Amino acid sequence: MDKTLLKNFYSEMVKIRFCEESFVEPILSGEIKCPVHLCTGQEAIAVGVCSALQKDDYVFGNHRSHGHYLAKGGNLNAMVAEVYTKQSGCSKGRGGSMHLIDKEQGFVGSAPIVTGTVSLALGAALAAKTRREPRVAVSFFGDGATGEGVLYESLNFAALKKLPIIFVCENNLYSTHLPVRECRPEQPIFEIAKPFGITTSQVDGNDILAVFNGAQKAVELCREGEGPFFIECLTYRMRGHVGPNDNVQGAYTDIRPESEVEEWKKKDPIKRFEELLLEDRVLEEKDMEEIKQEIKKEVDNAHKLANEDVRPCSEDINKYVFR
Amino acid sequence: MSSDKRKLSYGLAINEALLQMMEKDSSVLLCGQGVKSPWYVGATCKDLVQKFGEDRVIDTPISENAMTGAAVGAALTGMRPIILYPRMDFMLYAIDPIVNEAANWSYMLGGKASVPVVIWGIINRKGEQGTQHSQSLQTMFAHIPGLKVVMPSTPYDAKGLLIAAVQDDNPVVYIDDRQLYNLEGDVPDEMYSVPIGKGIIRKEGKDITVVATSYMALKAVQAAELLEKEGIHVEVIDLRSLKPIDKELLFSSIKKTGKLVIADGTWKSYGVAAEISALVTENIFEYLKAPIKRVALPDTPAPASRTLEDAYYPDEKEIIKAVKEINK
Ligand SMILES: Cc1ncc(C[n+]2csc(CCOP(=O)(O)OP(=O)(O)O)c2C)c(N)n1
Ligand SMILES: [Mg+2]
Repeated sequence: MDKTLLKNFYSEMVKIRFCEESFVEPILSGEIKCPVHLCTGQEAIAVGVCSALQKDDYVFGNHRSHGHYLAKGGNLNAMVAEVYTKQSGCSKGRGGSMHLIDKEQGFVGSAPIVTGTVSLALGAALAAKTRREPRVAVSFFGDGATGEGVLYESLNFAALKKLPIIFVCENNLYSTHLPVRECRPEQPIFEIAKPFGITTSQVDGNDILAVFNGAQKAVELCREGEGPFFIECLTYRMRGHVGPNDNVQGAYTDIRPESEVEEWKKKDPIKRFEELLLEDRVLEEKDMEEIKQEIKKEVDNAHKLANEDVRPCSEDINKYVFR
Repeated sequence: MSSDKRKLSYGLAINEALLQMMEKDSSVLLCGQGVKSPWYVGATCKDLVQKFGEDRVIDTPISENAMTGAAVGAALTGMRPIILYPRMDFMLYAIDPIVNEAANWSYMLGGKASVPVVIWGIINRKGEQGTQHSQSLQTMFAHIPGLKVVMPSTPYDAKGLLIAAVQDDNPVVYIDDRQLYNLEGDVPDEMYSVPIGKGIIRKEGKDITVVATSYMALKAVQAAELLEKEGIHVEVIDLRSLKPIDKELLFSSIKKTGKLVIADGTWKSYGVAAEISALVTENIFEYLKAPIKRVALPDTPAPASRTLEDAYYPDEKEIIKAVKEINK
């Protein structure tokens, strides 16, 4: 595989990781107040899928979308400022972490109503098809989203009209406090697309190459009118459902067993990819260190800019209700 | 210590209502996201799953539409389900079973069946949570014929209204506010109910009436206490039920004071305050000595940024301002 591409995968994943981890401290200090759903541990999915896309392609996110936004080329400074709910944020401080947008980069938007944006991505694919544009729409959602009927309605219509949409389910095994086995019968999620005749697969979501290869094939076929596609990516979040960990009301309520968390830490998508890059001599340790230093500077600078910025002024409360 | 002097938090008062109702009536079911974890619902569901088991305390998948329909169907076939939404915003997926089915069922089937379901939505606003996680949608439900709507503001009413809601043979939308969960108040430990459709005077006064709902009723009492020091005697009515609405109490107070401020935590246009205002002008216009004032949310989605949140949510200061504007 092309070395530049591999290097890109690496730096994109590191960027998302550093960015996510950089929020921990300001969340704990209360400087960041809006609910933040970190995607630490799930970076390979965002990067693998979005690297297979062009700028013109559409991406819709959910409540845990920092990674999706950044991987699609979203502006880092604008996202960090948004998480601080500052005026220069990508949603002008009106949205916070769960409401991201970068239209120029094809990141159409993210919002936290579970499964709420899936049918919107469906509409984007419909628009692209209607206009005969070779664009693809991607909908990112979690395992929890498989509970909502609108997902199945969307699968049906996408298959019926052969729409260029890729449904990407990030199965991190939990939906807030519930393990997936308590939310659905023990059947692999990717099979839900089968009755609609949709090509569907399950990939290791912590393996950037597996995700990228799966996504690339799906994107190509979608462009040829062979959509839709469904990809289930198996993964794990290394942080809490919301915030750095799940300490609710003084009681530790992250019900995930310590041993399970430890097991998954070994499958850290970035560490795994580093091993591969070293083995294949794509990058050396010092190259990685350089990349990390560079990205750390970028992320630190984004925080610095956000800290220097102001929050929206109260007179502007009604601004943007309509355009 | 006599039982009616016992203090309990709002959250635990709800919990006690659930414990007592489920203990007393085996047809009572509780379904919703988070009923076995304090994650979303605070202390309200404490010990329930341990006590009544997972058959009666059902932590559901993220499927608001089907779960609500299931609650309605179970209600039609002999159960008394309570369906919980940890945020009201999520109820929008369940509008069909609530509005088309539950609300209409009795009427469209000639009164041959009713739907004894409690539809419990929690308002979970502030904290920069933004548009989809902060909404107060009481007006939408109060608009629908066939739904009763209650909004308790005290621990006493939180328990009593929930018990009344479960006992009612009709669909009752029970709306509480997460901001109130730690509020302490007197709660008798025995089972009691607060009648649906009855408001209450929280503070008597002769100069002006402030009618309020939910947490705005608390803000209204605060405002009244501050105004008292300036010699303005405000009568505070806590509506408690939006539907049916206690017109009698409302009208008798306005007949006495001739002035009205309405304070409600949802959007101003077409909202609760608009309805109350219309009721008053339609029925007892001749008693009014000043224009009616509304204190409500601006017609804007909930913003995230804390600076905008501060401007967005009205409090006692806005109530005081409104009172002074018409109490001349
Ligand atoms: C309609 C709706 N119901 C409930 C919620 C509350 N909620 C937010 S995230 C979440 C869990 C989502 O789990 P999953 O889809 O697996 O995504 P993950 O958080 O694991 O990334 C729930 C229940 C919501 N936001 N929207
Ligand atoms: Mg999940």
